[in-house]
Amino acid sequence: MTATGTRARTRGGVGESAARPDGGLKVRGEFAFSSDLWMEGMLWGATLRSPHAHARVEAIRTEAALAVPGVFAVLTHEDVPGVNAYGLEHRDQPVLAHDRVRYQGEPVALVAADHPETARRAAALVEVDYAELPPVTDARAAVRGECEPLHAGGNTVRHVRIRRGDPTASAPVVVTGEYEVGMQDQAFLGPESGLAVPAADGGVDLYVATQWLHVDRSQVAYALGLDEELVRITLAGVGGAFGAREDLSMQVHACLLALRTGRAVKMVYSREESFFGHVHRHPAWMRYEHGADETGRLVYVRAEIVLDGGAYASSTPAVVANAATLGAGPYAVPNVAIDCHGAYTNNPPCGAMRGFGAVQAAFGYESQMDRLAEAVGVDPAEIRVLNGLTQGDHVATGQEVDSAAPVAELVRRVRDMPLPPPTGTDLRSLPGGVANTTHGEGVRRGVGYGVGIKNICFSEGFDDYSTARVTVQVVGDAPVASVHTAAVEVGQGVVTLQEQIARTELGIARVRVETADTRVGSAGSTSASRQSYVTGGAVQAACREVAAELVSRASIASGADPATLSLDADHVVDLSGRRVASVVDLLGGEEVVERTVEWRHRPTTTLDPETGQGSAHVQFAFAAHRAVVDVDVELGLVKVVALDCAQDVGRALNPGAVLGQVHGGSAQGLGLAVMEEIQVVDGLVRNPSFTDYLIPTVLDMPPMQVDVLELADPHAPYGLRGVGEPPTISSTPAIVAAIRAATGLPLARVPVRPEHLTGT
Amino acid sequence: MRVRCTVNGEERVADDVWAGESLLYVLRERLGLPGSKNACEQGECGSCTVYLDGVPVCACLVAAGQVEGRTVVTVEGLADGDLLHPVQQAFLDAGAVQCGFCTPGLVVAVHDLLQRHPRPSDPDVREALAGNLCRCTGYEKILEAVRLAALRAGGDR
Ligand code: FES
Ligand code: FES
Repeated sequence: MTATGTRARTRGGVGESAARPDGGLKVRGEFAFSSDLWMEGMLWGATLRSPHAHARVEAIRTEAALAVPGVFAVLTHEDVPGVNAYGLEHRDQPVLAHDRVRYQGEPVALVAADHPETARRAAALVEVDYAELPPVTDARAAVRGECEPLHAGGNTVRHVRIRRGDPTASAPVVVTGEYEVGMQDQAFLGPESGLAVPAADGGVDLYVATQWLHVDRSQVAYALGLDEELVRITLAGVGGAFGAREDLSMQVHACLLALRTGRAVKMVYSREESFFGHVHRHPAWMRYEHGADETGRLVYVRAEIVLDGGAYASSTPAVVANAATLGAGPYAVPNVAIDCHGAYTNNPPCGAMRGFGAVQAAFGYESQMDRLAEAVGVDPAEIRVLNGLTQGDHVATGQEVDSAAPVAELVRRVRDMPLPPPTGTDLRSLPGGVANTTHGEGVRRGVGYGVGIKNICFSEGFDDYSTARVTVQVVGDAPVASVHTAAVEVGQGVVTLQEQIARTELGIARVRVETADTRVGSAGSTSASRQSYVTGGAVQAACREVAAELVSRASIASGADPATLSLDADHVVDLSGRRVASVVDLLGGEEVVERTVEWRHRPTTTLDPETGQGSAHVQFAFAAHRAVVDVDVELGLVKVVALDCAQDVGRALNPGAVLGQVHGGSAQGLGLAVMEEIQVVDGLVRNPSFTDYLIPTVLDMPPMQVDVLELADPHAPYGLRGVGEPPTISSTPAIVAAIRAATGLPLARVPVRPEHLTGT
Repeated sequence: MRVRCTVNGEERVADDVWAGESLLYVLRERLGLPGSKNACEQGECGSCTVYLDGVPVCACLVAAGQVEGRTVVTVEGLADGDLLHPVQQAFLDAGAVQCGFCTPGLVVAVHDLLQRHPRPSDPDVREALAGNLCRCTGYEKILEAVRLAALRAGGDR
């Protein structure tokens, strides 16, 4: 036992694969997801959406819809009592369209009725006169100022410019390339949904699946014209998020209907509506030029990146900053010139998705690293080992990497893992599977590598904090700790982690995590791989304050030096582990010890507007993949045979949950590599269903070998490093590199489609 | 219309059912059994998998009227009171649950698979679960859960 440590022996603490507190309910089918909510007398809401990508709205007539039996309300922009605008960074998006619609699927009117089908049919009876306008669909033309401005201020949402070292540097070896990334969907399984309940005080209680309760609240209150205190939000069960719930969907709509009808209103999107109801991953166009010496050591990186933000800003400004600041990749590069633009167009709005700007850039710079390896005649793994960042290096923004950056080590580890057996004869292991398209003829194998870099937590000087309220009291003769935060559980396990931290810090076995809601201060968003870091830090700090209070009481009672005391197994113990006092006795019956802490990570800076230099990020995280594929070169079918990963997580607070993130993140990267794309033609979505937008099934995913490194970051709670996003970033380029190795094709666009491989 | 059926061993009646309603809607919204999930309502995801007369089906594709007089078992009917079914326990122990939205459908699908094939190979499992989408886990731990459940069931015999 350590002298002052609180490394308690209480089971289920930090570092163990503790069980999820919500797991039992989830396997029984008794966990209440946001689409499962029910209230006596509730109504159902439905949304009428624009069929056009760009149009003037000339008139809206609601009479026919209102006349349908069972309909209680039909609302338009005229019924928004506050400001008809919302948005994460710019409030540029109408709650309900007023005089113009800027994308297909933009909400125009709302209906509340006593049956969901009645509500849908009535919504279809709302008559809207549209005058169609030509849609702006080319993001590069939009940022060049060649299109009609869609918003005051023009069609550039943000331009980030990075200039480091000599932007005109030259080098003996030069490789260039243009790359594209298609529009990916988060495709969480639990549809957008929630229940709004009008309250006697004129306010509203909203139960919803989201990613950031407090930012929802401020946007909802603004649109409803209510004080924030009158909007109370409680987290309902979240069926996955991956960025898609960071923007509002039905939140304001359900509240409007509830306040108008005086009844509880439930809204649940269908899968088709869900494709229109949330933002997607930005499609990207990139042009890269890499210069290196004859050995392959990088001299410069120059890049131009355009991200299509679609009709409204959402989080495009931050996505642009990520793509720009991380655009040189996890490599030491002395000279960098990157320009990244985010565009307004009439395509579907794009915003947050796991990897957030880093995914797109990684496809560009990793494709380039393979070209460079070929140009200088070294192995693709070797070129990454040679150039990989290490602690003490500087990234493209000039920021020093001040904790572990084991890029070379991660690449070596995936390179040295055992390779899968050669292509077999079982149809189920071949490209095309039981469709029986090949028995091995025309099948070629390839191996490829990818490495990625991601910033963890919010960047650019953002005041990024979380709040934790920790309480200890006696219940039934034993101490119970309760932890209350607004941190959103989306499946990643932050509820489990809060329990683990409380057990470790307080030495109390019985811990209860309260439902996340707005009765406690903000936890910030469940995004940017930040909740373990920031809410973990807040819970740790609040627990330590509670522990200090209990230790101080024990010290007063026993005369022992508080520095020699700690908590374990429901007691205060001394250095030898001898029990000095029980927590039950220290609390004496009814008493409650409670502490609330607002916790911040160390501050970051903004980027210099001319050079993009600055220490804008809190922490960097890295993962590497090696992919092995079999490609049927005649039919263009790909089977990913192996997808192995090495990632540094600083410290694995819950090793089982860490593996779950690596597996799931890698799968989403596989989807982007070979199957997932929202197809948009003239601003219109062609495939809004799981029939036409394919996500990986268990047949598409290969077995994975995962190697987790734990090189503690001294700046972070417990030394942890954010886990969720890095595996999504490196898996896509590794798979595409493997397909290139198998086919010899250049493949400059993801997802790779059969026609890219067969040339038909 | 009125629909009568046996659900999880109990006689149940749903009134005022519209002809267009699915078994999934009736279970979730009329019978208070929201365990079966509604991720696509188009037969593509398997999150709504239930037993209909002992055969696993997508409840979203079954019209409510077709269930008249028949027997349905949902995920809520698998545990024995407080005691989880071994498949449910294996999902927990293997860490196969993240958001959990796919879990009810997968638990029913694996329950069915292991009844038919107590010792499936990995390729058999992949084939059997190909209709159940999961967006969170990458399926690795779901496969582990199936292996664990099969192993434990083998140990009992
Ligand atoms: S909800 Fe029935 S298959 Fe998806
Ligand atoms: S656990 Fe979230 S969809 Fe499977």
